[in-house]
Amino acid sequence: MTSVVDKAALDRDFSELYKAHLRDVYSYSYYRVGNHHDAEDLTEQTFLQAYRHFERAQRESKGRPLRPWLIRIAHNLAANYYRDRSRRPQTQLDDAAIVSEPHPTAELVEQREELEEVLAGVANLPDDRREALIMRFALDMDNREIARALGRSEGATKVLIHRAIRQLDENLKEAGQDE
Amino acid sequence: MNDVERLLRSALVPIEPPQSLIDSLERRLTEQVDAAADELADWELGAMKDPRNWARSIGAAGVLAAAGASLVVVRARQQHKKRGATRLRALEKSAHEVSGDIRKRLGR
Repeated sequence: MTSVVDKAALDRDFSELYKAHLRDVYSYSYYRVGNHHDAEDLTEQTFLQAYRHFERAQRESKGRPLRPWLIRIAHNLAANYYRDRSRRPQTQLDDAAIVSEPHPTAELVEQREELEEVLAGVANLPDDRREALIMRFALDMDNREIARALGRSEGATKVLIHRAIRQLDENLKEAGQDE
Repeated sequence: MNDVERLLRSALVPIEPPQSLIDSLERRLTEQVDAAADELADWELGAMKDPRNWARSIGAAGVLAAAGASLVVVRARQQHKKRGATRLRALEKSAHEVSGDIRKRLGR
């Protein structure tokens, strides 16, 4: 059994992990589910589950960063969330993701519309491509971290991201031509 | 960086978690930390029945208060302090009983 001394160190380390990555987990959850309410629920469940398995994860990580492990928990919980409720991510995100101005200029309106199109495009990508883009751009994770979070090789992750960007680019261009 | 990547960086901005989530999450984590610490304290107290664990258990008493206070939440810290003090008193009491027992065995 863990000693009191080990437990104190473990709680301290978990506290550091929590402080460092709360925003990452929340951002990931939010872009996965598309609304604040479910993102809050997902974030809470992620950290509670992480706390329960932290000792083992720390032992097995051999000093490697634990952010991919944390995001993988959120990823698995999000997958269950969709499976249980037969949902897809919401194309229309709640507020907060896109900055809104009280009296927007025409340029700002255009910019906002452009970003909304990008977010809608991301939401409509296949699951693995969408997740890779969220991790890369919202969480600023590198290929190695994303690979660990998704349980893929670094090479496969690089290809996945490249294809995701290309598909999104093509979709946006097609949407632009249709207008 | 091409145009799509630039757009992605502007669109997928990190989202700050709301205060309501932070409050709720820290409350639930504190409950888990407390439950684990209580379980551990019970085990440590039980282990003191075995003389081989005396030195280790007495040494652990000083660490126990810190264990509860490690999650960095002011409110949680206050709660832990209170609970930690209770556990510490329990361990001190047991340590006192152990030293009394040793004195008795040595006939002092």
